[in-house]
Parts: sequence; structure tokens; C-alpha cells
Amino acid sequence: MSTVIEPPVPQTEKNLEEVETVTIRFAGDSGDGMQLTGTQFTNTSAVVGNDISTLPDFPAEIRAPAGSLPGVSGFQLNFSSQDIKTPGDQPNVLVAMNPAALKVNLPDLEDGGTLIVNTDGFTPENLKYANYATNPLEDGSLAGYRVHKLPISTLNMNALKGNVELSRKEIDRSKNFFALGVLYWLYDRPMENTLNWIRGKFAAKTPEVAKANEIALKTGYNFFDTTEVFTTHYTVKKAQIAPGKYRKITGNEATAIGFIAASQISGRPLFYGSYPITPASDILHELSRHKAFGVKTFQAEDEIAAVCAAIGASFAGQIGLTGTSGPGVALKQEAIGLAVMTELPLVIVNVQRGGPSTGLPTKTEQADLFQAVWGRNGECPAIVVAPATPGDCFHMAIEAVRLAFKYMSPVFYLSDGYLANGAEPWAIPPISDLPKIEVGFANDPATFMPYARDPETLARPYALPGTPGLEHRVGGIEKQHITGNVNYDPENHHFMVKLRQEKVDRAAASIPPVEVMGASTGKVLVLGWGSTYGSISSAVEKMQREGKSVSAAHLRYLNPFPRNLGEVISGFETVIVPEMNLGQLCTMIRAKYLVDAVPFSKVKGRPFQIREIIRKVEEYL
Amino acid sequence: MSTQSNGHGGNGNKSFAETAVSAESDVGSSVSGRVAPPPGQLKKADFISDQEVRWCPGCGDYAILNNVQKVMPELGIPREKIVFVSGIGCSSRFPYYMNTYGFHSIHGRAPAIATGIKCANPDLSVWVITGDGDALSIGGNHFIHAIRRNLDLNYILFNNRIYGLTKGQYSPTSEFGKKTKSTPAGTIDYPVNPLSLAIASEATFVARSIDIDVKHLGAMVEAAAKHKGISFIEVYQNCNIFNDGAFDHFAERTVRSDRVLYLEHGKPMVFGKNREKGIRMNGALPEVVTIGENGITENDLLVHDINLNDPSVAFMLARMEQPEFPQPVGIFRAIERATYEDMMVDQIAASVAKAGPGSLEKLINSGDTWIVE
Repeated sequence: MSTVIEPPVPQTEKNLEEVETVTIRFAGDSGDGMQLTGTQFTNTSAVVGNDISTLPDFPAEIRAPAGSLPGVSGFQLNFSSQDIKTPGDQPNVLVAMNPAALKVNLPDLEDGGTLIVNTDGFTPENLKYANYATNPLEDGSLAGYRVHKLPISTLNMNALKGNVELSRKEIDRSKNFFALGVLYWLYDRPMENTLNWIRGKFAAKTPEVAKANEIALKTGYNFFDTTEVFTTHYTVKKAQIAPGKYRKITGNEATAIGFIAASQISGRPLFYGSYPITPASDILHELSRHKAFGVKTFQAEDEIAAVCAAIGASFAGQIGLTGTSGPGVALKQEAIGLAVMTELPLVIVNVQRGGPSTGLPTKTEQADLFQAVWGRNGECPAIVVAPATPGDCFHMAIEAVRLAFKYMSPVFYLSDGYLANGAEPWAIPPISDLPKIEVGFANDPATFMPYARDPETLARPYALPGTPGLEHRVGGIEKQHITGNVNYDPENHHFMVKLRQEKVDRAAASIPPVEVMGASTGKVLVLGWGSTYGSISSAVEKMQREGKSVSAAHLRYLNPFPRNLGEVISGFETVIVPEMNLGQLCTMIRAKYLVDAVPFSKVKGRPFQIREIIRKVEEYL
Repeated sequence: MSTQSNGHGGNGNKSFAETAVSAESDVGSSVSGRVAPPPGQLKKADFISDQEVRWCPGCGDYAILNNVQKVMPELGIPREKIVFVSGIGCSSRFPYYMNTYGFHSIHGRAPAIATGIKCANPDLSVWVITGDGDALSIGGNHFIHAIRRNLDLNYILFNNRIYGLTKGQYSPTSEFGKKTKSTPAGTIDYPVNPLSLAIASEATFVARSIDIDVKHLGAMVEAAAKHKGISFIEVYQNCNIFNDGAFDHFAERTVRSDRVLYLEHGKPMVFGKNREKGIRMNGALPEVVTIGENGITENDLLVHDINLNDPSVAFMLARMEQPEFPQPVGIFRAIERATYEDMMVDQIAASVAKAGPGSLEKLINSGDTWIVE
């Protein structure tokens, strides 16, 4: 077997061609390990210094029938020597492990793009599953692409058979590493990073699996180095990114460690109440691993218990955090109203997904903005923030906690499926650069009033159970101003309704102004929020380089808005608001600033492409 | 101050803001503003808040409130370390009347709020006050799960078998066929038995008492407080407006001794005015027997054991009902089991012991990293 894994002497001369940006999509059955393959390629590309951006795209079913169209799982990766902010509009390369993967993904592949197919997957049965009347590998329908037909399963089986003590079925599971090896050779990536990962993951418990994966990877790599299937391979140079230390990070990872950071900075322990839901569960998984930070994770019986426990933890002095996706927020809203009424700090993470109802559980969407801003009974204001990129999830998590304590208010944190699972290089911030979060507690029985107000923020005092002399009661019934006693007086209610709104409005005083990318006046302002940042900024930068009069602004604070937003908007003839909903932010902007803002909607469970934004903007230039 | 351009608060904004900060209150505060004496010197009066109690005159809730306030000083817990949490319903107004920390939450959710409080600060003595609708209807899910987790909570269910605050609809404990405002032709729901459900939910302490049986109720509250783990008490509570006399057929003073079985640990199950009746096992089922008849002596009776790990006998007792059986009250079950919050704290401690306290520096620098120069 050593003959297989030793680097062979190259028998053919290969060209190494430099390219700037490559977009690859790996596609196969949900059991084929495409997410893993894509993640490994991403990690290696990040470590070699490329800029990266990813878009995992997997089915809601864990294992749909093998070979079926609904079972196709995809992972798109964009890597570049340039600054990139999206996973790429169109793949240049598609790796398809079976006919279903080809059928689902081929429409996205660029004309003339590279197609690598596992011919072993193109059995008559699989062709039928994918509704192919004839074999596309033979009927000439792929003539517009550069097709490389590789019997990946056979090659992998030949390499491993007799070299590892595993069944044929088990050997076949490592074929994704063979495919990864092929791609590593094709894009001139080192294997070390993945080899280390394989050893760390499998060597101790299942050494044969480790060995199989290692051989598969090396064989895939070496096979194409020594055969003439490919005559050229490509290299993507390091990106010119700002100096510093980087790591690859997904939005959900950044969210989890952002909240841990907030806990460390504020000195308040973190309590996370959650009920498993896609695509938010990874936050629960990640936080439950970090008990050494004193993090308490509570997997509740339902969404309501999860938020109520978080409110209880807030009342007792910890950072009450609950995380879910849209349907879970719908269930939590009554309790969030209780937190508004009792004026307790609470953070609600909503990793938005396609709705309504169960909707598209594994796909992205931004249609819960209204739900966050207005989705409760009564006049029930809450602060709303939204990270713009996977890395920004870290910073906005800290912001959410800071604002919750400062204003004694629930804060919504609106991530989405695209941010949650997408990855990018993240410049690790020095701890000393992180903002301070000061949490003050009431402790003077002589002066304490539960609903007295801080003159600047209008926050009420935070009095923890356990503090002698501050025994008091809170609850969902209207509170008398200052005393916090139950009160049904009409004037008091009117006053308290206004006061709660005023308190949230005043949070604008401690949020940064929105920045304009480009000139502060011009023809078009593209105004976005959340995960559309990558597509919008890429599109606008491209158009600016072409001399077009277009700027962009991105909101990370959605309630209240930054104070300069009205002024920013007034500098442009047209404001276009791209959103993965039917125009929710746009409606808010129109209502508040009385401008004829133009909604640009895409509600397909997929992020905007750069070119889609460009086309829309061009209509208004 | 500066405002948003849509001007919430309108023209009066400035004066509004000033009012918000400075307005004086013309009524008493819900805060004691006074540090309580140390636990040993606390009196019942220390637990009475300045809030006017607003239950209907004659409501059984008064008796329970009075009893709990009386028991509190006996527990030796500083006042500031006590939190009462409730849901929605008549009984859920309870926290306002206790001069402790309190949280009057939303319908059915008190156990979940209490769970968060107890996890966040296991040092607090946390009490859940709920009713039959709050706990078993809208909050049924939390009832099961808070109990099975065995948090150290004291959970008192005021069971009046009716919806009082919404003025007289049937509840999940209303007897089958009951005619109420929402069931003029009688209910067609079979009722749930709170103790059966608590035992089935793995409760480690289960008790029952009666609002007007002041001494017994006090003893149950005290025992519940002292139990480490979930302590569940069902209190039969009379709603004199919408379900008056619901428990009179066994709880009324003149018939109580014949129709109520006072369970006592280690003692045979005896009841009756002259303590002449008892409970004996006949095969797999209990039966009522008369001592002295057919040669039956106290030795034939079932001896109550609250410490049985197996919940079968406790469950059987929970199913005994008037008129076939005396209505059992007392402690049905009290077993030891590690609490949720202790295990939560232990896991954190174990994690710290293994790798040291978490380092933010290390955390954010974990995973694959690289340097760009």
C-alpha cells in the first residue's frame, strides 16, 4: 500500500496557471459528505491565505433516499486572491457525485464551466431517480462544459481494497476525500491541513477510517498529478488582506463566542435557554461545550420555556439569552412582552429561515424583521440589531448584550441561515479592543424604587434577588410609574406606554451612525441590512469602479435606526432596499422618512447575487 | 434630548422626559425599603407586603397566604433570598402579597421562569404558585418538565377545580359532567389528577393539603421547603364565588375525620372519628376495612412509607377518592435525587477542574488560524 500513498514521480508535464477567483460547488447525496469536503477545502484555502466565502446548501431531510433530487446536498465555496464578500454568483466548477446532484446544480454552473462527475454514480437506477431519460454523460447535453468523467468510486476502491480493514461499503464512504484530493491537486492546495484534521478526528477511535481517508485523499491528489486527465492545474495567490491573525468562522460560531465574550466583558454569567431548531441549534451545541466559562445551557421542553427560563435568569442577574429561528420566535413573543413590561435585559437570537410556518427550514430569509419590531401584543418596543457578515456576528452579539443591560430591554439579534452556516476569514480582534459592558445593580434600600428611571437612558434600576432590603415584585400587569406597583389608572398607562417607547428610542444615542460606502450624495443609495451586505457592497464597489453614481449603506441597528439615517437617505435621488422578504425594511423606511424607497425582493431561500443587485441599480441610474 | 424623527411622545417630549425621571409617587411603594432582621429574628409580619390583598372575601387563598407567611420565619432563610413566582389566575396574585422578591409572570409559565431563576442562582429559595388551569391546562408542558428535572423548587398548586379569574369556566380538574358557563350541558372532559401527573412526572416530593386545615397545611409547606428537589403540593382551595363547597363533602369540619385520610410516614393508614377504619391491600388493590371486624387489626393495614423509590404505592394512594375511599392528604412521596441545578453547577466545576477557567483569548484564537503579514 505504501506505493499508493508515496508521492509518485510526475510522468507528464503540467502547467500551473494563476487565476484570481474560483467558485466551486460540491454536490452529492446528503450522505456523501459534501459539507465535510467543502469545509475542508475552505479551511485549507483560508489557511493558505485566500479570501473565502461559503454557502452550504443542504436539504431539510437528514437522509432523503439516496440518489433522489430532494436528497442533494451542496456546498459552494468562493476563494480568491482578491477581497471577496460573497460565495460567488455562479460556480466555475461543479463536482457532481451522482445524476441528481448534476440535475439540481447544472443550471447554476457558468457557461463553459468545469464539470467533474463521478461516473460510478451514474447508474441506470440513479439516472431514473433523477428523471434523466438518457445519460447526460453520453447524450451530448453537456457539450457546453468542460466535462471530466472520473470513476471516483472505482478508483477509490482500487486504491483502498486490501490496504485497510474495512468493508466495501465503509471504503466507499471515503470517496469524498478522493474527490477532495482531486480538487486539491487541481487548485494547488497543500494536504497537510486536512491530513491533520483526519488524524485528530479518527486516528484514536477508528484508526482504519483515518487510514482510509488519508489514502483516499493522497490517491486522489497523486492520481491526477500523474495521469493526463488534466493538463493544467491552477493556483490562487494569497489575498491582500489586512495584516493580522485570522481564523475561519461561521456565523453561528461567531454568535456563540460573541455571547461568551459579552459574558466575560460584562462579568455576568451567560444563561442560554433554547429548544433545538434549524438553523439555530449549532449555537446551543457550541455554547454547551464552553462550560469552563460558566455558561449555563438549558435545553428546554419548548420555545416558551426556553425564553421564560432566560427571563428568569435575567431577573436573577445573569445574561438571559434565548436562541431560535422564526417559528420559535412566534412562540416566544408573549414572554418577550413580559420582558418588555418587567424591563429586564434579554437577548433573543433569531437565525431566520424561510417562512411562514415551517417554511424552508434549511434555507435563508430575512422575513422576520416585522416580527421582531412589531410582533407582540400591545405597544411593545424592543431593540433590534442584525449582524452583516459571519464575523460581524461576534461583534453584534456583544452589542446586543450591551444594549440589553444599558436600556434594561429585550434585544432581538437577527441572523439568518446564510450567515449562520456561511464562513469567512475573520480578523481575530485583540481583547483590549472589545467594548466595555458595565452592569450596575441597585443596592440602597433607602432610595430604591423598582420603576425609577435613569435620567439618560430611562432604564429602571436592576435589583437582584438576594439583595437585602430591595425585595420587590415585578410582573406583566401595568406598572405604576416609579413604584412598580400594579396600576390600572388610564393616565399612568398612557404615560408608561410612551415611556417604554421613549426608552427604546433613546438607545439611538448609544449606537454608531450608519456609514455610507461611497459619496454621501448621488443618484442611488442601496440600503441593506443583515446578510445582504456581501452582495450589496460587492455590487456597489464594482459599479463605483466603473464611475457610477451609487453608494451603499448597511444597517446593523434596525430599531431604533441610527440617528443620521434620515440625513443619509436625503442625499440620494433613489433609495433601493434589497431584502430577502417582500420589503419589510423598505416599508419601515417609507413610513419613517416619507421617502419613495424602492423595494427589491428576493424570497427564494438563497442570497442575492452580485449581478442581480447591479441589474436592479442600473434601472435607476 | 434628541428624538427620532417620527417623534414618539410628540410635542410634550421634553416635559415628558423630565416627568419620567422625576415624577413623585403619591402612593406607597411595593418595596419594603427596609432590610429584614436576620433569619432567626424574622416574624410573620416581615413577610406581609404593603399591597392590599384583592381576593374575594372568603376565598381559600387567604388561608393559604396566611399559612405561608406564618411558615416563612420557621425556615431560617433570609427574606431577600426568597422568590415567589406565579403564572396567571387568582392564585397567581400571591407574590404581590409576600414581602419577598416576586415575579407575577404569564399564563402557565411560572415553572419555566422559576427554572431560570434557580439555575442562575441556586442559592435562592424559589417558590412557584399556580392554579389548576395555570399548571395543568396552559402550563401542562412546563408542569411535567419542571418536575422531572427535579429542580429544588417549592411548587404549590391551588386547586379550586374552576377558572375563577375569567369568571367560572370549567378547569382541567373539574369533575366530569360539571355544568359551568362554558359547559351548560356539562363537561365532556375527563379531569386530570394533579398528584397522579406529578408522580408520573418523576416528582421527588408530593403532598396534598386543604386550605382550611390550617395546621396540616403549615406542616406540608414546611416539609416541602425542607425537601431538596422539586416539592409539589396540591392544596384543595375553595372558590366561594364560582365553585363554592367543591370539597365540603370531605373537607368540611364535621365530616373530615371520617372522610379524610391523614398520611403519616411509618404509621398504618388509619382514619375515622374513632380511628376505627383503615386501608388494607386486597390483592393488587387497596380497600377500606374496619378495625375489629373480621379479626382485622392495625397490623393488617398498609403502613405509609414516603421513602419508597418505586412510585407505585404513592400513585395508588393518589388515585384514592371519595366516596369509595377517604381522600388522602399528607406527604405521598419524598425521595432523594440529585437536583438539576446542582448537576449543572457540577458540570461547570468539572469542566473548570479539567482545563482551567475559560480563557477568552484562547477561545477566539481556536480553530484553524493563520497570520497575514
